[in-house]
Amino acid sequence: MSAAYGVTAVAVVIAATVLIGTFALRLSRTTSDFYVASRSVSPVWNASAIGGEYLSAASFLGVAGLILAYGADMLWFPVGYTAGYLVLLVLVAAPLRRSGAYTLPDFAEARTESLTVRRIASILVVTIGWLYLLPQLVGAGLTVTLATGAPRWLGGLLVAVVVVFSVATGGMRSITFVQAFQYWLKLTALAVPVLFLLLAWHADGSPSPGDGAATFPERTTVRLADDTTFVVRTAVAVRVTGRLSEAGSPPATYDARRVPLTRGTWSATDGTRLTFPAGAMVPHLRGLEPSAGAEWTRPLSGAGGRDHPLYATYSLILALFFGTMGLPHVLVRFYTNPDGRAARRTTLVVLCLLGAFYLLPTVYGALARVYTPDLLLTGRIDTAVLLLPQRLVGGTGGQLLTALVTAGAFAAFLSTSSGLTVSVAGVLSQDVLRGSVRDFRLAAALAVTVPFVLSLGAASLNVADVVGLAFAVAASSFCPLLLLGIWWRGLTDLGATAGLLTGGGLATAAVSVTIAGIDRDGWAGALLAQPAAWTVPIAFAVMVVVSLCTPHRVAPGVARTMVRLHAPELVELRDRSAPSRSARQS
Amino acid sequence: MTDPQPPPVPSTQPGRVRVVSPRSSAARAAAHRPVRREIDEQTIVGDVYMRSLVRLQLRLAVGVCLIFAVLLGGFPLVLALQPQLGSLHVLGLPLPWLLLGVLVYPSLVVAAWLYVRQAERNERDFADLVQ
Repeated sequence: MSAAYGVTAVAVVIAATVLIGTFALRLSRTTSDFYVASRSVSPVWNASAIGGEYLSAASFLGVAGLILAYGADMLWFPVGYTAGYLVLLVLVAAPLRRSGAYTLPDFAEARTESLTVRRIASILVVTIGWLYLLPQLVGAGLTVTLATGAPRWLGGLLVAVVVVFSVATGGMRSITFVQAFQYWLKLTALAVPVLFLLLAWHADGSPSPGDGAATFPERTTVRLADDTTFVVRTAVAVRVTGRLSEAGSPPATYDARRVPLTRGTWSATDGTRLTFPAGAMVPHLRGLEPSAGAEWTRPLSGAGGRDHPLYATYSLILALFFGTMGLPHVLVRFYTNPDGRAARRTTLVVLCLLGAFYLLPTVYGALARVYTPDLLLTGRIDTAVLLLPQRLVGGTGGQLLTALVTAGAFAAFLSTSSGLTVSVAGVLSQDVLRGSVRDFRLAAALAVTVPFVLSLGAASLNVADVVGLAFAVAASSFCPLLLLGIWWRGLTDLGATAGLLTGGGLATAAVSVTIAGIDRDGWAGALLAQPAAWTVPIAFAVMVVVSLCTPHRVAPGVARTMVRLHAPELVELRDRSAPSRSARQS
Repeated sequence: MTDPQPPPVPSTQPGRVRVVSPRSSAARAAAHRPVRREIDEQTIVGDVYMRSLVRLQLRLAVGVCLIFAVLLGGFPLVLALQPQLGSLHVLGLPLPWLLLGVLVYPSLVVAAWLYVRQAERNERDFADLVQ
């Protein structure tokens, strides 16, 4: 892709984001109170904003990449991202909005009436926020490198700077219209190209992605952008320019020479070009272990070299279904609903919007299996969505579609990152620093800097995988706090403390081991790679048991809190705001 | 009907002195205590109502979750026990792809819509009950 289109796409998205942000900010400042203004937003706009903030790099790029490599088992990612909102709707949405809490620590403190619980919740918000920001910045790096040829760190830096700038100036804080615009941009950026892609695929004779192993559809030259170690499953003769060696033998330099690649592990240096004949089976990056042949279409095939696929599937389902409610940037958005009833209706619209969006990454993933299998060799599976328009459509049309997809991807990084940064910075400035505006700006910079530094060393992580880990930590900590806090009067501050520390701590430890890349086989590896299935039940159990052992610590105002969480707005005026009047009347 | 005319005051008797302080304080307390007592009363009575509403809404929420736990959560288990279902083709798509890639989304939306309708009905019934 020519750099001009890519640069233009990224620049337009940044400009639109900053402009709409500043414009909407001025609008909301001139119209009376800021929150009143944001609460007069209709459910559709509000839901678009929630969708805009929620659809991250993982949804936009990561899911298609995972489907390309591992097939059917990865369908659970978009299903889980959506179903998480159903769980949130039925168990949390209305009571949480009625609680009046703006952040998760606010809710923790309001319900348990304990500052300790608030502090632990704050630490967890920062942990989850950083874990979720990391893949956004990695994805931004990949996208900008692909679109403009700039070095990998530039994309992450660009997102970090734009986000800190707009969050620190207040340009994006709670601005519904920026996020809403970005939802529709993301949907358009996937939906319009997919029509052209499907037409081109049809014209190509509708090759099925599930027929066999990933093969090169035509003679293909792959240029490696890193030192790469890859696994050859079927021997193939390739033309090589660059340095190549079989495992255990010294590297040799070739200049457009035919080299027979035998079965086994091979290494090539940065810049090596390999030309494969049409129909050759695609070697894959060591460690990627994509599913081969019919495995790809079948669930539970153990793709990715993962042992115990049934356990991994259930653990992922648990993490995604119950993690959504515990994501810090999701809760902040619910505050812009006028009341609990509107929160429910907004969530219903969010489900429609997410359902529409998540039909698309699957199509991209399946097409990528046919047309960009070389990504299995380079390991850049997250770039499948960005490459497909160029591969399938080509010409100026292809370049324009690529620019559109690039713009959508950049919108995904910006919207999710800014939502997360607002949440993390809010917590850092309130609970760590001392809450002034200057502290908030400092906190915003800190909130992005840490994951940015981490992203420099983590280029090989798959974005959807890391986001899945953030969900696992949220499901093991905030999910029990919210569910028990909302539905059970017996939750005590000690129970909440113990549960948050145990669940959040265990999940974070497991996630850290996984991200550090310490490979383990068998059950230990499966349990650490997908911790939710054991950390969520443990967190619930600890919270319930410790609460039952400390009944004297139940918050004194729990009855009042329950009334506030659950009393419908229909009776609010009589029962809640003016209880004396209604009592006298009856 | 009240008489606008004040009763005539006998001018021969010394002027009556109204002792205000204790009575007014008592009056203030009397004006306040019923409010507080009624708030308390309302919390106890209201508590019973609130508990029933919370239980009703929780039952609805858990019901929806259970349906999806069985339908979606049972799916991997069914596939693990009957692997040939994984290669079954329906409408030109393998069954797991059709279910997880397409059909799951409208069914989530329908479930959410039914839930919102029922939850709002529960709240309306509750409002009618307490008013």
